[in-house]
Amino acid sequence: MSILVNKDTRLLVQGITGNEGLFHTTQMVAYGTNVVAGVTPGKGGEWVLGGKVPVFDSVKIAVDATGANATVIFVPARFAPDAMFEAADAGIPLIVCITEGVPVQDMMRVRNYLDQKKVRLVGPNCPGLLTPGEAKVGIIPGNIAIPGNVGVVSRSGTLTYEVLYAMKNVGMGASTCVGIGGDPVNGTNFIDVLQMFEHDPQTEKVVMIGEIGGTDEEKAAEFIANKMTKPVVSFIAGQTAPPGKRMGHAGAIIEGGAGTAADKIAALTAAGVRVAKHPEEIPSLLR
Amino acid sequence: MKLHEYQSKQLFSKYGVPIPKGRVAATASEAKQIAEELGGRVVIKSQVLVGGRGKAGGIKVAKDPGEAETLATQILAMTIKSLPVRKVLVDEAADIAQEIYLGITNDRAAKKPVMMASAAGGVDIEEVAATTPEKIIKIHIDPLLGLRDYQTRDIAAFIDLPRDYWRDFGRIANGLWQAYSANDATLAEINPLVITRDKRLVALDGKMLIDDNALFRHGDLADMRDLDEEAPAETEARKYGLSFIKLDGNIGCMVNGAGLAMTSMDILKLFGGEPANFLDIGGGAGAEKVAAAMRIILSDPNVKAVLYNIFGGITRCDEVARGILVAMEEVKPKVPMVVRLVGTNAEEGRKLLADANMITAETLADAAQKAVAAAQAA
Repeated sequence: MSILVNKDTRLLVQGITGNEGLFHTTQMVAYGTNVVAGVTPGKGGEWVLGGKVPVFDSVKIAVDATGANATVIFVPARFAPDAMFEAADAGIPLIVCITEGVPVQDMMRVRNYLDQKKVRLVGPNCPGLLTPGEAKVGIIPGNIAIPGNVGVVSRSGTLTYEVLYAMKNVGMGASTCVGIGGDPVNGTNFIDVLQMFEHDPQTEKVVMIGEIGGTDEEKAAEFIANKMTKPVVSFIAGQTAPPGKRMGHAGAIIEGGAGTAADKIAALTAAGVRVAKHPEEIPSLLR
Repeated sequence: MKLHEYQSKQLFSKYGVPIPKGRVAATASEAKQIAEELGGRVVIKSQVLVGGRGKAGGIKVAKDPGEAETLATQILAMTIKSLPVRKVLVDEAADIAQEIYLGITNDRAAKKPVMMASAAGGVDIEEVAATTPEKIIKIHIDPLLGLRDYQTRDIAAFIDLPRDYWRDFGRIANGLWQAYSANDATLAEINPLVITRDKRLVALDGKMLIDDNALFRHGDLADMRDLDEEAPAETEARKYGLSFIKLDGNIGCMVNGAGLAMTSMDILKLFGGEPANFLDIGGGAGAEKVAAAMRIILSDPNVKAVLYNIFGGITRCDEVARGILVAMEEVKPKVPMVVRLVGTNAEEGRKLLADANMITAETLADAAQKAVAAAQAA
């Protein structure tokens, strides 16, 4: 088992003919992900990857033709909200949006609309999902992780890769890695993923990688204390970040004294979570 | 992106929010001229992008044009929280009967905009929120529906606004909502919104923050960015699509990925060093981008060593190493460079750089310690 994506995932790629979309589709297919279709409005009828993957004009047409049950979005920020609305209206239950830089007011409209439907959005501004050995949906490099029993959830991209790679180097594998993204308003939060890991038989331990900004880590700490039986190890980035500055990610900002790394580490420690001083410590804390 | 008070109020005014008559001036003689045009008492307000201007003495009332000139001269010579005052706003002075707070911001936890109001206006609202939260009303706005009239009436009632003002207050609240949503603001704030002695509602002060990610559809707002108010290195970094923030330490950092960049700063501190900056070069950084980042980091005279922390996933480490070598050739840095490459083809990459006399490291902890030592030795 694993969560969200596995070998039964039938993946659609929105923005498949763009540079990013095509490059990462190639990588996903090479990893063994079942990419069943792509969408680029105006390019329906074409094929990519040497005739392996058909391109459609709309998500609805693609779903009807191929039975896609998940979608990954690689379209530019100005078109990404529309791509998310389109996927939700076509009834795709899992939407993963990689795109960085979606305006936050757009995301508030997307999130409030999607909440009325039975769909899960992961992202935006995220590296996507990886269930090692089964499926890769997004941009997480496949070669840095091996299958195992550690669930990984993170707000950051390369920092997650660090942790997966450090785990792999000591022979430790992941059940699923979920990048929830660095935006202030997104589709899936820590608690959503922690809950899935708690219920996933393959997952025995969980790594949660947070950063400054917002209060999602504090809420996750409360959830861990009250609802989780599996051990959780954490790392929080941004202990040296100055207040009031956005540290690369739109959501990584200390506002009005709230969202500091110190607050998050204190809340997690109080909830019994072991917090690593730096990411390379994580594998030893998992032992 | 922060807007100045005068820019924010001009925007509010476009959406029907009443503001005082006034204009911005860059010299004391201009300020005097504006005061003459306005007649009567005026307020001279420094235009810098920080809070606490009043407490710092950057806001003064002048009784006539002569005094306006004197005060403008003083204020234009000030530096507030290390920002030199370059402009003043000259506004007609208001006779204030009551001060109200009215603002809209994003509530990231609720995933909705929230309108906040308080009868305790004119003071720092974060302080009110911390000490007397019961004096603030918060109303969430459904982003798909917009602000509804009943919500503005609920707010007016909560802050005990006399009914005579409800209609005008509704127009102002709606105007503020329009200004916020049409301009992709992350904050739109009137503090204070005043009731004058002649029974008018006027937005005396205004503040707006604009979502940088939305500037692609607001060319007019992007042009309002005041480059005088940010570090030149940050302006330069934006040109190359680099995310850069200057800090006070002496170890420059170049990292791919925002989370890893923050972590690199943290780990330097953990081992007794101080980061000179935050810099995320993003994915697939080629030689040109690396060279630009290198120039920006080295433009800070405090920098005594530079730490490169690159995780090669899809980007191969040997490619990154070649990019660094080309950039080194161009920039010719004189401070020690510590490079940590990890991930795909890391060994080949490290070898290329070691051959070029760079200090290489395998782990993050090792790299941080080497960078701290190099900076201390310099």
